[in-house]
Amino acid sequence: MNRHLISAADLSKDDALLILDTAEELAQVSGRSIKKLPTLRGRTVVNLFFEDSTRTRISFEAAAKRLSADVINFSAKGSSVSKGESLKDTALTLEAMGADGVVIRHGASGAPHRLSGWVQGSVVNAGDGTHEHPTQALLDAFTMRRRLGNLDGRKVTIVGDILHSRVARSNVLLLHTLGAEVTLVAPPTLFPVAVDSWPCDVSYDLDAELPKSDVVMMLRVQAERMNAAYFPTAREYSRRYGLDGRRVDMLPEHAIVMHPGPMVRGMEITPEIADSPRSTIVEQVANGVTTRMAVLYLLLGGSESAIGGTE
Amino acid sequence: MSTSYLIRGARILGHTPADILIRDGEIAEIAPGLDAPTAQEIDGSGLIALPGLVDLHTHLREPGREDAETVESGTRAAARGGYTAVFAMANTSPVADTAGVVEQVLRLGAQAGYCDVHPVGAVTRGLEGKQLAELGAMADSAARVRVFSDDGHCVDDAVIMRRALEYVKAFDGVVAQHAQEPRLTEGAQMNEGVMSGRLGLHGWPAVAEEAIVARDCLLAAHVGSRLHVCHVSTAGSVEIIRWAKGKGWQVTAEVTPHHLLLDDTLAGSYDPIYKVNPPLRTKDDVRALREALADGTIDCVATDHAPHTLETKETEWAEATMGMVGLETALSVVQEAMVDTGLLDWAGVADRMSYRPARIGRLNGQGRTLDQGSPANITLYDPRPRALVDPSGFASKSRNTPYRGRELPGRVVATFLRGRPTVLDGGLVPNFSTSGATR
Repeated sequence: MNRHLISAADLSKDDALLILDTAEELAQVSGRSIKKLPTLRGRTVVNLFFEDSTRTRISFEAAAKRLSADVINFSAKGSSVSKGESLKDTALTLEAMGADGVVIRHGASGAPHRLSGWVQGSVVNAGDGTHEHPTQALLDAFTMRRRLGNLDGRKVTIVGDILHSRVARSNVLLLHTLGAEVTLVAPPTLFPVAVDSWPCDVSYDLDAELPKSDVVMMLRVQAERMNAAYFPTAREYSRRYGLDGRRVDMLPEHAIVMHPGPMVRGMEITPEIADSPRSTIVEQVANGVTTRMAVLYLLLGGSESAIGGTE
Repeated sequence: MSTSYLIRGARILGHTPADILIRDGEIAEIAPGLDAPTAQEIDGSGLIALPGLVDLHTHLREPGREDAETVESGTRAAARGGYTAVFAMANTSPVADTAGVVEQVLRLGAQAGYCDVHPVGAVTRGLEGKQLAELGAMADSAARVRVFSDDGHCVDDAVIMRRALEYVKAFDGVVAQHAQEPRLTEGAQMNEGVMSGRLGLHGWPAVAEEAIVARDCLLAAHVGSRLHVCHVSTAGSVEIIRWAKGKGWQVTAEVTPHHLLLDDTLAGSYDPIYKVNPPLRTKDDVRALREALADGTIDCVATDHAPHTLETKETEWAEATMGMVGLETALSVVQEAMVDTGLLDWAGVADRMSYRPARIGRLNGQGRTLDQGSPANITLYDPRPRALVDPSGFASKSRNTPYRGRELPGRVVATFLRGRPTVLDGGLVPNFSTSGATR
C-alpha cells in the first residue's frame, strides 16, 4: 500500500479489500463499552482543516483517538494560515512537530498532493476541492458491503452534481476497482466534458436507471448552481433528478439509498426517503469512524495488531 | 574603433561552413578561408550561425515587479538565449499605456543594453478593455511603438477590438491579441479535458480561445487591418488561422516553445510550475502546433517569458500564478520539438525566430539575413551537446522553468548585437552596454 492516501486510484483491489476487512474487524470494537485500542499509542495525527467540515473532522478525530493516537486539531480559522502563511510553511511546521500522519481537508484540488511533497508523515486526503475524498468512498463501499455483500457486479447509480463532486470521483474509481458497475446520472451541464473517459456509464435519465440499481447514491446539489445556469431552477432539478417516493418505488426490493451528506432535503432527496429504512445515511456516519480507523492503522503502521489478533 | 571579429567555419543556417567577418557593427564579408589579422578569431566549427533571435512576447516586469525581473536581468536572459531584440509586454505597473511609460522602458532597455528592447503598448487604458489607450502618442513617441497588446487580458469587447484594429492602421501598427473569452474561463486553471476532469481543476476550454481567434480574424478582414494572435495553443485555432490566411487576410500568429513540447498530463503532478496561460493542451494540440509552425500557418515562436517569484509557485495549484520563463531555453526547445524531429531545418528556425517576428514588429535592423552589409546580429549555436536544465545558472531573476532537470539539446555559444558580443563562450560579456535600440 502507498504511504499516502490521496486518491482512490492509489488503492489496488487488494489494498481496498484489506482496508474494508480491517474496518470490519475494528467495527467489533465500536460495539464494546470500552472503544479504545492502544494501537497508535505515541503517534501523532494532525487534523489539518482548511475548510469547515465538522462531520469529517470529528470522524477522523474519533478514529485517531480510538486508536490512542495523540490528535492535534488545526483549523485555518484563527491560525497563522489566516495571517497569510503558506501551505508549505504550515507543512514545515507540522514536520518540525513530528506529525506521523496528516489528515488534510482543503478547498484547493491537489493540496494534499502538494503537502505530501513537503512532509515525511503519511498524508490522508479528507477532501480536496473538486478532486477526491477517498475515505468517503471507502466508507461508502464498506456500507454497501455490509448491506449487500460482495460488490462484484453490483450496480451503483450516483446522482447529482458530478462536476463539482469529489465524492463522485473517488467513488467511481474505488467501486470500479472493487468490480461494481457505476452509472452517473445528472443533467449534462453537471458532468465534466470528458466524463466518457471515466470507468463508468453516464445517463441523463434517472427513471431509466433506477429499476436496475442495487444502490442509488444521491449527491448534494447546491441551489446556487442555478445562478451559473447549470439548471434553470431548483424546482426543475428536483423534478428531474430528485429522489422521492415515486422513484424509490421503482427500485428493486433490496436496493439501498445513500447520501454522503450534507443533504439538501427537498432538493435532491425528500425527507421521507432520507429517513426511511432503506436509507443508510446514519449508518454511513458510524461506518466513517471505523473505516478511517482502518486507514490510519494501515498507513501509520501500528506497532500492535489492529485488535490483538496476529499482526 | 570597435573590435573586429572573425567567426571561423560556422555553418550559416546549417549550410556549408564559411567564415564571417564582423566589422563596424556590420557583416563585412562572408566567405570560406577569410584573412583578417587584426580581428579576434572565434572558432565556429560545428556551430550553426543564425540571425539574432527576435522575441515578440517577453515580460520584463519592470516597472513594478522588479523582484521577479528587471529590464536588465531580462535582457541578459535574452542574450543568453541568443536573442538580440525583445518586445516587452505592457502589463507592468504602471501599465505601459502612455508615451511616458513606453519611453521609460525604452530607456531602461538602452541602458541595460544586452539586447534591443521594444516596448509593446497597451491597447486599452490600464488593460481594462474599456477605453483605447493613447495609441498614437505611443506610436509617435521615442519608442515608436508598433505592436499593441493587452496581453494577460483579452480585448473581449468586439467594438473596442474593431476600433483598435482600425485605429492602428494610421501608423502601420498591429494588435496582438491574447485570445481568451472571459466568461468561458472564469476561475479556469488548466486545459478542459480528460485531465481537468480527473484532477478536479476548473477547465479552460479550447473554444474560449478559438471563438475569439475566429471573431478577430473576421474583424481584421472587415476593417482591413493587421491582427497578430498571441500564443496560439489549440488545434482549432490553427485551423481558423489557416483558413483566414487562405483568404489573404493580414493575420499572423505565434506559438510558445512550451506549447510545442509540453502537454496537460504534466498537471497531474499538481505542481504549478506547469501552470500557464493559455494552459498546456493535449498531445494532439502539440502535434497540430508543430505542424502549423512547420508549414508557416503559425509565423513565429515567441517565448511569453513570464518570470514569477518562487513563493508564487510554491503553493496549491489554484493559488499559483500563471506563467513560465522561456528566453534561456527557447532555442533548445525548438531544436528538440522541431529540428530534431525533422519538421524544420535551421533556415526555418531563422525564419520563425528572427525574420518573421521582426517583420511583424516592423523592425528593420533586426531579423535580417546573414549577408554582407547586414547589421551583425548573429547567434552562434551548438546543437550537439545535451544537458540537464539547471535554472540556478539562469540570468533571469526568476526560476520558474518547467524544464528543470529535463535533458534538452544545444547551447548558445555567442550572441552578437550590432557587431558586439553580448555572450561569448556561452557566458555573458560583463559590463556590456549599447547605444540603444534602432528600428
